[in-house]
Amino acid sequence: MTGSPETVWRAALADGRVLLQRARATGNTFFPPRLAEPGTGNTDWEWVEANGLGTVYSITVVNQKPPAAPYNVVLVDLDEGPRLMSRVEGIPPEAATIGLRVRARIDVTGEAPVLVFDPA
Amino acid sequence: MAGTFPRARTAIAGAATFGIGVTPGFESLELAAQAGLLAIADAGLVLSDVDALFICLPDDFFAGLSLAQYYGISPRYTDCNRTGGSSFISHMTVAAMMLDAGYIDCALIAYGSNQRSGTGKLVSAFKPNPWETPYRPLIPLSPYALTAARHFHEFGTTRAQLAEVAVAARAWANTNPEAFAKGPLTIEDCLAARMVSSPLSVRDCCLVTDGAAALVMTRSNRARDLRQPPVAVLGSAAATWFSAISQAGDLTTTSAAESGPRAYAMAGVGPADIDTVQLYDAFTINTILFLEDLGFCAKGEGGAFVSGGRIAPGGALPVNTDGGGLSCVHPGMYGLFAIVEAARQLRGQAANQVPGAEVALAHANGGTLSSQATVILGGPATL
Repeated sequence: MTGSPETVWRAALADGRVLLQRARATGNTFFPPRLAEPGTGNTDWEWVEANGLGTVYSITVVNQKPPAAPYNVVLVDLDEGPRLMSRVEGIPPEAATIGLRVRARIDVTGEAPVLVFDPA
Repeated sequence: MAGTFPRARTAIAGAATFGIGVTPGFESLELAAQAGLLAIADAGLVLSDVDALFICLPDDFFAGLSLAQYYGISPRYTDCNRTGGSSFISHMTVAAMMLDAGYIDCALIAYGSNQRSGTGKLVSAFKPNPWETPYRPLIPLSPYALTAARHFHEFGTTRAQLAEVAVAARAWANTNPEAFAKGPLTIEDCLAARMVSSPLSVRDCCLVTDGAAALVMTRSNRARDLRQPPVAVLGSAAATWFSAISQAGDLTTTSAAESGPRAYAMAGVGPADIDTVQLYDAFTINTILFLEDLGFCAKGEGGAFVSGGRIAPGGALPVNTDGGGLSCVHPGMYGLFAIVEAARQLRGQAANQVPGAEVALAHANGGTLSSQATVILGGPATL
């Protein structure tokens, strides 16, 4: 696979895998994908597969004009450390409370695969 | 480490606003240009005195070139730095350094936007973030909502405390002839308002207006002889910790916790010395976060701090005395208006004058809490 780390990451997601980068020197895991470890500029890193588990760090519910349904936008702290924006599905939107344990799922129903979460 | 700064060696010599509210028939450049002309006249200078332009427009990345051409001047330095609403304090930092170094002699800092008349909705200069866009956050609102939700969770902050911020802003606006949003506003009104991105309702959000503002800066020794009482620039600092809210780290502490202490150190003052505070209140949670991060109360106590009218007219700490972005003016970036209001307070010319104000703090926010910048200003006695 050629291209930037972001290109590799998106190809892996389409392949059903959620990747993270881990710097060999510091052991820090980071996301979104980039060329070097943030803060250090260290380019000696490796891909690791996320275990898929995380915890809701914060949540907002966006109200749309009816009949469009409200939806949540969450920040999830992955067990490996990185934080990302996502949504929690499978429960009422406001039920994705801070501290909720969640499990990643790759939603392939749209134009491009998207990383979403369900209650763990 | 504060860094070195030419404390009080430069000053705001002219300040102006133009077109606050609804001003149809003006492009953003024209609004900014008019505010600039008013600020130059306010200083008792003429257009040909200006040899440096600092400007941000919502729709023109080359705004410095556009304004130079519009005015028919040939600036020695042009700066279109963009960190969002905090840009204007960084403009002041650079202008102060360049004035003190003798690289320039007269800086004009200008901003204008026809956000309300031109489009009726916010124009965003943000490049969509591919890691956030698929989840449809309302930008800029939802990142602030996520921050408020976390602040509620960690510190027990409430919607009624957010409402205190909106109610105080409206009370200041009600006695400011320039302010756009007027009329009674109660805590109950805010609590009953339509929820947009929880826990933030429409009453937690800034206005969408037209408007322009401008400042003229010179070295202090020149400003002393000009038309208006000079306002000394005592310290000015910016901090950038991230761009997208998902990369923010601890959401409840902003980089105002860095920009504030650096600006205080340059100025040689602390929060207890500040007579009036002008904060970029894009959303009610901002005021609470910045009062904490700038040292007016402890982290987590901002909600209690703003309660009981403490930041409203008659309260212990006069905050956003023009009505702020919540009730005075918000054409997309409020930052420069906060500085103008601070300068007016120190000249003794504000609509809601704080008696005897000698030291003021203006603080601006850019992006989604991403960039923070703080400037400390002093009245004529501090020069």
